[in-house]
Amino acid sequence: MMEFFNQYLIVLIALLICVIMSILRVIFGPTIPDRVVGVDTVNTIVIVCMVVFGAAYEEVIYIDVAIVYALLSFISTLFIAKYLEGGEF
Amino acid sequence: MIFEIIIYIFMGIGVFFNALAGVGLLRFPDVYTRLHAGTKCTTFGSIFVIGSVILIGLKNWWFENDLNGSVLAIHSIFALIAILLTNPVGAHAIARAAHRSGVMPAKAVIDELENEPIKKSTKRKKVIKKALNEEGGST
Repeated sequence: MMEFFNQYLIVLIALLICVIMSILRVIFGPTIPDRVVGVDTVNTIVIVCMVVFGAAYEEVIYIDVAIVYALLSFISTLFIAKYLEGGEF
Repeated sequence: MIFEIIIYIFMGIGVFFNALAGVGLLRFPDVYTRLHAGTKCTTFGSIFVIGSVILIGLKNWWFENDLNGSVLAIHSIFALIAILLTNPVGAHAIARAAHRSGVMPAKAVIDELENEPIKKSTKRKKVIKKALNEEGGST
């Protein structure tokens, strides 16, 4: 397990840097759709991070969490888009 | 050994494209180009990273007779299907909402949706105001 940990730590740190760059866009975004795009990117990279964690520690439950997180983030993105569009459901 | 090299190559390609998504999200000038960078690159990169995880599960299953590896591979396939189905739909919804809420492309030469109504709700509000004025005028 320690062997796996050492290999995947590099991948996770690289993905963490991508998350930090997306969060900078969320902070400095001039308009509201910019921030929504940043949050969407953060969601996708976090799903990838969860899958890599599940492979690193050989725990399948992390990948189930990633599936549920993907579907819930999709629904939240659709609702934010609907709200920007005019707010009628 | 070849299996592990393939796994590392896939993971490197995936991390490279995710990093490209982050850089594009910081450097592009506009909502739509940022959406182009932030959605397509993460989808392509996550295909490769999750594909490498699927290969790890298959490797544990075939070479070490570990049944946990097969569960890892199948659940990773479901996570990949969830990303592939939901990511383009979300990007399309964000782009449509951005155009309808009045955020125009910054350096676009031609905008074919220029004559589209900007907001559905504003249009309906105008209709409601017209109706109210007519009622006020008649009474």
